[in-house]
Amino acid sequence: MSIEVINITKRFGHFTAIDNVSLKIPDGELVALLGPSGSGKTTLLRIIAGLEEFEPGHDADILFHGQSVVGNRVAERRVGFVFQHYALFRHQSVFENIAFGLRVRRGKNRVSRAAIRERVTELIHLIQLDGLEKRYPDQLSGGQRQRVALARALAIEPKFLLLDEPFGALDARVRQNLRRWLRRLHDEIKLTSLFVTHDQEEALELADRVIVMNQGRIEQEGTPVDVFHHPKNAFVMDFLGNVNLFHGRVVAGQIVFDSAHATREGEEVPLFVRPHEIELSADNPDDTGFPATIRRVQLAGAFAKIELVDGSGKEIYVEMSHEKFRRRPFDVEDSVFVVPTQSVVFHEDYVI
Amino acid sequence: MKWKFKQHSVLPGFGMTLGVALTYLGLIVLLPLSLLVWNTSSLSWSEFLKVVCSAQIVASYKLTFGASFLAAVVNAVFGFIAAWTLTRYRFPGKKLLDAIVDMPFAMPTAVSGIALTTIYAPNGWIGYWFAKAGMKIAYTPIGVFIALTFIGLPFVVRTLQPSLDDLDKEIEEAAESLGATKWQTFWRVILPSVLPALATGFTLAFARALGEYGSVVFISGNLPMKTEITALLIYTKLEQFDYAGATAISVVMLGASFVLMLIINMTQWYARKGKK
Repeated sequence: MSIEVINITKRFGHFTAIDNVSLKIPDGELVALLGPSGSGKTTLLRIIAGLEEFEPGHDADILFHGQSVVGNRVAERRVGFVFQHYALFRHQSVFENIAFGLRVRRGKNRVSRAAIRERVTELIHLIQLDGLEKRYPDQLSGGQRQRVALARALAIEPKFLLLDEPFGALDARVRQNLRRWLRRLHDEIKLTSLFVTHDQEEALELADRVIVMNQGRIEQEGTPVDVFHHPKNAFVMDFLGNVNLFHGRVVAGQIVFDSAHATREGEEVPLFVRPHEIELSADNPDDTGFPATIRRVQLAGAFAKIELVDGSGKEIYVEMSHEKFRRRPFDVEDSVFVVPTQSVVFHEDYVI
Repeated sequence: MKWKFKQHSVLPGFGMTLGVALTYLGLIVLLPLSLLVWNTSSLSWSEFLKVVCSAQIVASYKLTFGASFLAAVVNAVFGFIAAWTLTRYRFPGKKLLDAIVDMPFAMPTAVSGIALTTIYAPNGWIGYWFAKAGMKIAYTPIGVFIALTFIGLPFVVRTLQPSLDDLDKEIEEAAESLGATKWQTFWRVILPSVLPALATGFTLAFARALGEYGSVVFISGNLPMKTEITALLIYTKLEQFDYAGATAISVVMLGASFVLMLIINMTQWYARKGKK
């Protein structure tokens, strides 16, 4: 089922957390809501779940599968919500936690004991915690708790899955494993899912589509490839990875790099360059580079990371493959020329 | 698990603190209590039984334990509501209300006793209306029950407050998102989470009521076989210089209270252990 959010605004006192946001999440997709803290992403997720009210407006609406759910209580919306800190019931075992949503059903929706046992056992198998059903949340690791929270949400056969910073409280390794596991799970059950994250790597790696939020507004939405390679503005480019900001000037219709002082003729233009889109060379053949000094070389990791300073003291970050680095190694204190190979210009003011 | 007597800790002083704790407890609590038992031993076994099983005294046990238990139950219910209101909501005068909860702690019990009697006596503010309806409160077991409720309330509220404060709002939201009604959320999630604190509050209120004297003697009217509490009978025996009789009743009270407290604490201990 699809989710549609139309013209939603939310204010906390004088602070506008969500500023007239509209978005659509197609059926069966895994979508990331990405943004820095305070960008309104969690509030938006909570509004969709019905845990938070929004400002009433004649055109504001939330549709599940084309039907308005405004005025429906959380319990009626049948969304699986996974909380950032899991919110497991500490006095209940893993089994009871997962069974909770089935046990509370009354009247004609009542689920028999046998059916509950069957469903919960199936879910425990799905989250790979077989044999741990009698444990209490205090006896589980962070990753295990997270999976229990997920199974508990799935037990009610929700229409959607909403996850608030699902990996936020886990350490890096567990996070990576759980991320891949969640992606495989999604491919298996195809449940429309929306997750909130402030980690761009997580969003790009996991999601079918990414919605980038900032200050209560949507900056850009699209596939991970789209938002990474064609950022709409400086914020998105900066948020999706490190960037270097250079000043350039326009000379005869062409942008020429200028290391620090752009007070000469022509229009001054801010240029954004990703660390891996910079070449370093000993000489300056086409006169397209500018001089800088290497301050630090960091070789541990997937890339060689080089930190430089130009004449004005501005820091420049460069990434290159180890192979390339081996072909032409650099050392600290070397003087080199920095040659951006690709850059992006945004016609707006943005300060990194 | 193997029993380790000495646990390693960054802070030194397990031996010293245990020593101080034991000495302190011994001097303040155990020494007077053992003297009580010592004094009773001047009675022969049959004399002892004759004192502690006399009809008047048995009636007082029933009233004391019955009224204390009922008062603690009522306090558990209304104390929960009061603690909930004080932790969950913001309203004008909240600080004042919070302070009022402690009043029964701070007031001399005789003062509360006289105040309660004045209000609930047949010519008092509230007692008048009940008297009109043909119901007597002061000088009946109901009066005893009211006095014991009064002095027990802060115990429940104060033990529950931190526990309710710690309760994550997300837990309730999670229950609701899973389809639970407000009522189910309360019974299945909130209550079990704060049950240990509630049990502690109940136990404290109950224990306090068992030993209460000052606030009860005025409102009860002290009618033999009807509204005499055990503490009063002990006092009466002392006034008659029947020290052995007084201590005999005390020993029975002490034993019964100790066993009750032990049972309540053990149930809690087992309930918690089951989850570890």
